[in-house]
Amino acid sequence: MTHPIRVTVNGQEYARAVEPRQTLADFLRDDLDLTGTHVGCEHGVCGACTILLGGEPVRSCLMLAVQADAQSITTIEGVSPADGGLHPIQEAFWAKHGLQCGYCTPGIVMSVCAFLRERPQPTREEIREMLAGHLCRCTGYHFIVEAIEAAAQALAPPPPRTP
Amino acid sequence: MGAKYFGAAVKRREDPRYLRGEGRFVDDIKLAGMLHAAFVRSPHAHARITAIRTQAAGALPGVAHVYTFADLERWMKPLPLFGAIPPGLSARVAVTMKQLGQLALCRDEARYVGEIVAMVLGASRAVAEDGAELVEVDYEPLPVLADVVAAAQPDAPVLYPEWGDNIALSFKTGFGDAEAGLREAAVRVRERFTIPRYVGMPIETRGVVAQWDPRDGALTTWNGTQVVHFVQQGLVAALGLPPHKIRVIAPDVGGGFGTKANGYAEDLLIPAAAIASRRPVKWTEDRREHMMAAAHARAQVHDIEIGARRDGTMLAVRDRIWVDLGAYNSWGIVLPYNTVAHLLGPHRVPSLDVECRGVITTKTPNAPYRGAGRPETVFAMDRIVDCLARELGMDPADLRRRNYLTEADMPYELNIPYRDGNPLVYDSGDFRAGLEAALTAVDYPALRAEQARLREQGIHRGIGISGYVEGTAIGPYEGATVRLDPSGHAVVATGACCQGQGHETSFAQIAADALGIPLEWITVVGGDTAAIPFGVGTFASRSAVNAGSSIHEASGRVKDKIVAAAAALLEASPGDIEVSEGTVSVRGAPGSATPLATVIRAAVPTFAKPGVSDLDFEATVYHHQPTVTYTSAVHVAVVDVDTGTGSVALRRYLVAHDCGKVINPVIVEGQIHGGVAQGVGGGLLEEMVYDEQAQLLTGTFMDYLVPTAMELPDIETVHLEYPSPRNPLGVKGVGEGGAISPPAAIANAVEDALAPFGARVTRTPLGPSVVLGLLGKS
Amino acid sequence: MKPAPFEYAAPRTLDEAVGALASGGDAKVLAGGQSLVPMLALRLARPTLLVDINRLPGLDGIREASGMLEIGALVRQRALERWAASRSPLFADVLQHVAHPPIRNRGTVVGNVVHADPASELPALLLCLEGVVVARGPRGERMIPADRFYRAPLTTALGPDELATAVRFTLPPAGAGWGFAEVSRRHGDFALVGAVAVVTRGGDGTLDRVRLAFFGAAGTPVRGTAGEQALAGQAPTAARIGEAARAAAAALSPDGDIHATATYRRHVAATLAERTLTAALGRCGAAR
Repeated sequence: MTHPIRVTVNGQEYARAVEPRQTLADFLRDDLDLTGTHVGCEHGVCGACTILLGGEPVRSCLMLAVQADAQSITTIEGVSPADGGLHPIQEAFWAKHGLQCGYCTPGIVMSVCAFLRERPQPTREEIREMLAGHLCRCTGYHFIVEAIEAAAQALAPPPPRTP
Repeated sequence: MGAKYFGAAVKRREDPRYLRGEGRFVDDIKLAGMLHAAFVRSPHAHARITAIRTQAAGALPGVAHVYTFADLERWMKPLPLFGAIPPGLSARVAVTMKQLGQLALCRDEARYVGEIVAMVLGASRAVAEDGAELVEVDYEPLPVLADVVAAAQPDAPVLYPEWGDNIALSFKTGFGDAEAGLREAAVRVRERFTIPRYVGMPIETRGVVAQWDPRDGALTTWNGTQVVHFVQQGLVAALGLPPHKIRVIAPDVGGGFGTKANGYAEDLLIPAAAIASRRPVKWTEDRREHMMAAAHARAQVHDIEIGARRDGTMLAVRDRIWVDLGAYNSWGIVLPYNTVAHLLGPHRVPSLDVECRGVITTKTPNAPYRGAGRPETVFAMDRIVDCLARELGMDPADLRRRNYLTEADMPYELNIPYRDGNPLVYDSGDFRAGLEAALTAVDYPALRAEQARLREQGIHRGIGISGYVEGTAIGPYEGATVRLDPSGHAVVATGACCQGQGHETSFAQIAADALGIPLEWITVVGGDTAAIPFGVGTFASRSAVNAGSSIHEASGRVKDKIVAAAAALLEASPGDIEVSEGTVSVRGAPGSATPLATVIRAAVPTFAKPGVSDLDFEATVYHHQPTVTYTSAVHVAVVDVDTGTGSVALRRYLVAHDCGKVINPVIVEGQIHGGVAQGVGGGLLEEMVYDEQAQLLTGTFMDYLVPTAMELPDIETVHLEYPSPRNPLGVKGVGEGGAISPPAAIANAVEDALAPFGARVTRTPLGPSVVLGLLGKS
Repeated sequence: MKPAPFEYAAPRTLDEAVGALASGGDAKVLAGGQSLVPMLALRLARPTLLVDINRLPGLDGIREASGMLEIGALVRQRALERWAASRSPLFADVLQHVAHPPIRNRGTVVGNVVHADPASELPALLLCLEGVVVARGPRGERMIPADRFYRAPLTTALGPDELATAVRFTLPPAGAGWGFAEVSRRHGDFALVGAVAVVTRGGDGTLDRVRLAFFGAAGTPVRGTAGEQALAGQAPTAARIGEAARAAAAALSPDGDIHATATYRRHVAATLAERTLTAALGRCGAAR
């Protein structure tokens, strides 16, 4: 038996009927063709499936699609500018070689969006602690840490002018 | 040739799509009418299959088909085998080897937990899994082989009765008189080391999509593989179609590490299902499947002995090696011989005696994973070297100083062949200089002084060193076709496959320099059998050298064709033609600048006349790479051990390495970082654990512990450059090196930290419980 | 790893929710889902009905009154973490060890307490702080004290037709000191073993109240009562603390698994008990 949901994803509302056991991750990928959110483990550890629910990072593989009713979700497609360019966080990752195969990357970018909002000037230690919720097998994390530092600088408001 | 791009830290051209979530990985591919596959996998490590009943599964709404061996028998040829012994090797080393190709579906016997018994196709993956649960299989459990050393014993149950024993491969080799060397030695140390099973574990699991086109009589399959041409060859053999009717495409692939460079059952089963069902079929491996069904790796035991003079000069090494192959000897000579060939590494040792056995067990088959035998052998050697240092009362750095080869020794021949059958000759490098560079960069004397101070405060800091020499870029070839389109933009097609290494950028850098066109004008196409008919694939750190050399040469030939056409068009001598950033000009003639597209257009025949030259701006080169080229590195690890809890904190990690000339320095550093991270995982966290019934206990990411950003420090790198004399670019392979030394360096560091307690580290991973065990408390 | 099929209900009143749980068949409560959904994916849990309580009103409150902290069933771990940042360093430290922020954004405090994983931090904290689980069933509401709540791994005193609507912790009194420590193989993992201690000192400097709880050391969280009794009323010397820690650990019967042997867990339990009791002592306020 399916259940009707109305969910807003990247600012657009969708009305769909979903089977209760379908996860939000599979719903985004299969029903909405938003394949930028990746599935790596289906038990919440790897972080590849991370999206923003009401602006907060959550594992889309640990939510049921039916629970997304009346919710507002942002995926990697919603972070990327519509004109094909890159958000400053994405630019920073590009500049610092903060990705290799790209599979874990969307999940990390989503977490970083929320993290830098809450912690605009993080220490390297705080960055590593936040990153610990995301598994990457390619980079060894070193350049990801540098990318997040660069993103923090890029997003920081300019220093006030001295008179 | 202007080297504008070679050596530059160019931003990667593939990144924007990955960052925007616009990559195309196998699971992103959707075809109309697609069915989804789920597998019934053996829950037993060894069992006879006496009956399979599929009626209930087949009757479940949403299930389209259930296939067993009998249903797909016409395609059930044995899966590809690798690692045949090259003639040059068999001429010098007597190897006994037995290989049996695995069948994609079990016929009447399952030989490891996870082996495939049946396939269910459903309207969705969820329904297919529901169907898989309803398949009834009658199993008669048979004796299991859970331990590699026990399986090699004469009284062990034999998995393949026709073999008579479980020893799939065995050989002895060496040089000099190791027995005499050991007898003559003032000091001898012997120890048994165990390197556990640990694996690549890419974040993207495996996946296959297949589509049969009855109109063309052609199959297209998307596969997250590192070896599209190998997969194609396997399908040719099984399906009986010619190669050009089987297209294998590796789209974006989320990490490979060797785990995706195999001839897997699923590579065949999904295409067979697409043909049998007349529907496109998709299979996306889930993580639990991946743990039991994707290739395992490492898993060796070394009984190693070393002898030296009182001043530390090494005289002899003897090693008895067991390699746990799992249930099938799919990779032949590769892992066992890699292990042997790389044992002595950077050390000058006048005599060697090794005996190696590849042993069958009822576990997931073993296959090459980043390092492929080298991490295991380096663990044994660097551990015994540290044990020797302790016995001699020497600092481990000084013992290595005394025995490491230098540039003056190059080329240095070990008197055993390399795995490709060619002489094993180190072609370039200075391993002693690498050691000094590492020790200087880490300020070794300061580290030792600080260690002493901390010890007085009850803080147990340890320093560990490990060094390796690595034969990289095994041949025999990786071809490239370079061709210009009418606008002068270029397509570079190669058999290399990318899983994150940055081929779309680094290969374009090589081509841009050789062609004289802008980097942005170049599209690199890899991982597609339709783009180039012959290929090998990306593994063994081979693509920069093999594909890079072909790309360089092919681009040069296309450049020659451009020059010939331009010379004709501009009425100049070819020697005076310059091509730069897509513009052609005559040297010393300002105003002669002509866009490349104009030159190409002039070669197009018209009604009035033929073109100024042949309308051919294409070249294909299969550069022949007969043997490997040698990289080297020294790693230093600094750890703190909490003797109350056994926790090991990795404080610093430094790599001093040589990988020859560097195409893109940032990509190179990224490869080292990633390799180190996987090595650190092997040293501290990762293990595939089996119990005495050969049941796999490691089922999810809760059990298999991949390091996170909190378990790794910043990774410090020092670059040395000893260009390779063995290829036109002077490059060497760098994909694997980072993963070779960390377990040894960390093990040495932990033993060093616990020196006051006399602990002896003989295995990894060094989790807290194991470390306290070293202190007798676990 | 797709779940087996199940029915789904999202009731809007507590009575509806309890009614759904009691409706026959195998029903499970879905709150944060961070523990349940992986079990569904692995098909280790195969309920016929999932009762999603996220629409129930009035369950998202954090209320502090008369020394008690009451946390409603829909309070996310992250919400409590934010509350704790300025109100309770003990809760803040414990919560930062629970998985990672994306899990804590969704996972609930009550859900974690009720899931009863033996290696979880919050059940041990509940036990240490002598808390209570508020359960609502067809026969009404009851309070289940922490020391009667945990029965076995993943098994509690909650009936299949009962819903935990809140948990209540007794907050450490003014001047109490606390200590928390765990050993995990990676940051955010389940603990191999851990300890939490809360102590208060009397006017004469002796230890007035000592509460010590272990996690990861048995099938449920356990109090280190042997250690508590050895220290109560005593002047806290380093030697006494060490002995008490060892006495507390000696009473444990931990299991071994692929991550740690039983001997390791018992040995390190003693080490962590000593470290947390020492830390708690160091944080004790001036004697009353």
